[in-house]
Amino acid sequence: MDVEILLRVDGKEHRLTVDTRTTLLDALRERLGNTSPKKGCDHGQCGACTVLMNGQRVTSCLVLAVAGEGAEIVTAEGLAEGDELHPVQRAFIAHDAFQCGYCTPGQVVSAVAMMREAQAGWPSVVTEDLDADVVVLDDREIAERMSGNLCRCAAYANIVPAIAEVARP
Amino acid sequence: MTVTSAGPSAVGAALDRKDGPLKVRGAATYAGEWPVDNPAYLYPLQATIAAGRITGVDASAALDLPGVLGVITHVNAPKLAWATDPEVAVLQSDEVAWRGQIVGAVVAETLETARHAAGLVRLAYEQRPHDTELRADRHDLHRPQHAALFGAAPGDLQDGSPADSALGDVDAGLAEAAFTLDATYTTPMNHHNPMEPHTGIAVWTDDEITLYCSSQGVHLHRSLLAGAFGVDAARIRAISPHVGGGFGSKVYPVVWGTLALMGAQLVPGRPVKFALTRQQMFALVGYRPATIQRVRLGADSDGRLTAIAHDVIQQTARAKEYAEQTVGATRAMYAAPNRSTTTRVAALDVPVPTIMRGPGEATGMFALESAMDEMASAAGLDPIEFRIRNEPAVHPEHGLPFSTRNLVACLREGARRFGWEGRDPAPLSRRENDWLVGTGVASSIYPSPRLPGNSASIHADADGRYTVRIGAADIGTGTWTALTQIAAEALGVGVEDVNLEIGDTSLPVASSAGFSSGINCWGSTIYAAADELRKLLDSEHGGMVPAEGIEASADMPDNPYMEQFAMYSFGAQFAEVRVHEDTGEIRVPRLLGVFDAGRIINPKTARSQLIGGMTQGLSMALHEASVIDPRFGHVVNNDLGGYHFASNADVGSVEVHYLEERDPYTNPMGSKGIGEVCIVGTAAAIANAVHHATGVRVRDLPITLDKLIV
Repeated sequence: MDVEILLRVDGKEHRLTVDTRTTLLDALRERLGNTSPKKGCDHGQCGACTVLMNGQRVTSCLVLAVAGEGAEIVTAEGLAEGDELHPVQRAFIAHDAFQCGYCTPGQVVSAVAMMREAQAGWPSVVTEDLDADVVVLDDREIAERMSGNLCRCAAYANIVPAIAEVARP
Repeated sequence: MTVTSAGPSAVGAALDRKDGPLKVRGAATYAGEWPVDNPAYLYPLQATIAAGRITGVDASAALDLPGVLGVITHVNAPKLAWATDPEVAVLQSDEVAWRGQIVGAVVAETLETARHAAGLVRLAYEQRPHDTELRADRHDLHRPQHAALFGAAPGDLQDGSPADSALGDVDAGLAEAAFTLDATYTTPMNHHNPMEPHTGIAVWTDDEITLYCSSQGVHLHRSLLAGAFGVDAARIRAISPHVGGGFGSKVYPVVWGTLALMGAQLVPGRPVKFALTRQQMFALVGYRPATIQRVRLGADSDGRLTAIAHDVIQQTARAKEYAEQTVGATRAMYAAPNRSTTTRVAALDVPVPTIMRGPGEATGMFALESAMDEMASAAGLDPIEFRIRNEPAVHPEHGLPFSTRNLVACLREGARRFGWEGRDPAPLSRRENDWLVGTGVASSIYPSPRLPGNSASIHADADGRYTVRIGAADIGTGTWTALTQIAAEALGVGVEDVNLEIGDTSLPVASSAGFSSGINCWGSTIYAAADELRKLLDSEHGGMVPAEGIEASADMPDNPYMEQFAMYSFGAQFAEVRVHEDTGEIRVPRLLGVFDAGRIINPKTARSQLIGGMTQGLSMALHEASVIDPRFGHVVNNDLGGYHFASNADVGSVEVHYLEERDPYTNPMGSKGIGEVCIVGTAAAIANAVHHATGVRVRDLPITLDKLIV
């Protein structure tokens, strides 16, 4: 079945007709030509397709495109403003926090959302003080909160300090 | 504009990755992301039996589905000109050789329709009994004859070396030893799982055949596909400038390319997109084969080895023989007058294995370096001292001197940096709260070979710009950056003056990114092209680039030193592990590696490769195993939920240091390979640390907590 939907991606509106089985990830990549989110597993297990949906990180392979109707979607491409990269993107380059780069847009988006989650006091499994208004992102917190984004090149030892540089300036 | 001889060095600078700005925003174009008009989509069918033949195909329901453009099976697939290699050819007969083998495909207007239709195709099978279990007591073990080194070299093992080797008398050496060890180590199937699934977009026209692909070597993939389809290689253009990881799985296996091209033949002129799913990757693009390894060591009362024997049994596929050099590192590591290695394989009804980062060395050194730790304990020696006592003066088997070998320095420097001194060697000697703490060490080694088939061109503009062209690959290894630096050094100019082009068969031929040989091969070739350019300028233009520009090219020159020296990278890896006393949970808060990899082209990207390899080694040690259900012959944990590899929270501090010494014999840069030496030895260092922490010796990877609760 086909449905017409409105997708708002990186600040632009797109009206398109999609098969109701189409995932948000496939709609972005195959229909809108936005290949910033990557397809690594199509099962929500790797995090390469992570985008912001109304400000929160989601694996876009597990969201149907029709469920994205009207939502504000931001990809790693949209985090940059023109040629001006987001501070997390700059930190990833400075720390060489990737090799092949395929998981990287998902890592970057995930990191941006993760810092907001900590700022809002959301605890993780390693958080000591569950009542804290703001969770301080030490390396252990960062590693734990970024573990939904797999990196087979295994740049983790660079990803954590890259994010820490932005999270703990 | 003049071209000087190799000038102030761009090599050695810790430059940021050139492709970084593209990659952090997701704008680097990977195979499936090339903008093409009106693509069709292909979805494959996989065999649901492990052995037998297809007796019937009913595609009617699929063909009736609106949007389906065609169904391809062995009944109607194009006949290939070269169909003997199951890693290249598909759909050429009714035979099924493993579960998950490609038995058909649907091409449709959309991805959703193709996938739906694939589920509507009915295949009938005649099943025959299958056998997927690797055991040491099998009666059908045989000495391997590997098909060929990527179609190039003969030899028992895939690196061209013999399956067996022997010097002296191992039994006598063991009989005279004061200390002996006889232990068996086992390693499971591992899957590469690069983050980017194997993908192709194929366009077939009467003139050109285009394949956007994820490839560790576009020229090899092109030649395999040209051979399969019986077309002139010049008609095929393979394009792969950015690759989302490979680890060996994108060097040889290319059934995804063959199927994409078959789909493209079905709809001539129209692009056909085909990406494997994560699940399909567990059956179609190779894996590290399981091994059973017996190691016997003998040492005299001074801790000098009198005998080394390493006997390996590993799995291969009935469809195609693959046998890797699991014994290769043992031949080069330690001195002993009496030594032997053997390799036997069991042909099973399983997918075809292939090279995976440190193929053979990674598994073989888990066994040897665990055994060395066990022997050091038995002989009452520190494991570093024990290794140093058995350091060979020359290659222990063929007697050639090493071009450079700084293993002892790596061990000593690593010990100093890690804080090894004063370590109590007794197991269970350190306890912090509820955690047992241990430390371990192991050596690393990997050859620095060359692959044939390299050429490069350099075009110089009168305004001082240089365009360097070679069909090399960057699979995350940093090739874009490192080759730019090498070209700048070879030309004596700044990196900003060099424009590099790689990853396209329209560029001069290059070997694949494998065997840690890329920089060695491609860099040497670029050096030679720069020499040619200089000669041309000097002889015909008085050293000045003419207004219209000038171009020179060169093939990779022979390196006569390769016959005279044994060339290897080395390393020493140290691990600290913590094992929870009650649960057996294993953590690795600290890994430290010191490497002798010759001159480092770019310390920043090199460091990333080394920490990445060590972390994959941690993952191999603690997490990774593909589990085959012998009843059905498939990998049951065939996704990233079931096949766990290291995630961020599994990793602690990973520290890397270089003992930088220019190797005078390997290549003009003085470099050795770094991509694989770093995964070799890590698993043993961790296993040795686990033993030190707990007193439990785990000889079966991965080291999971159930193996510690005894």
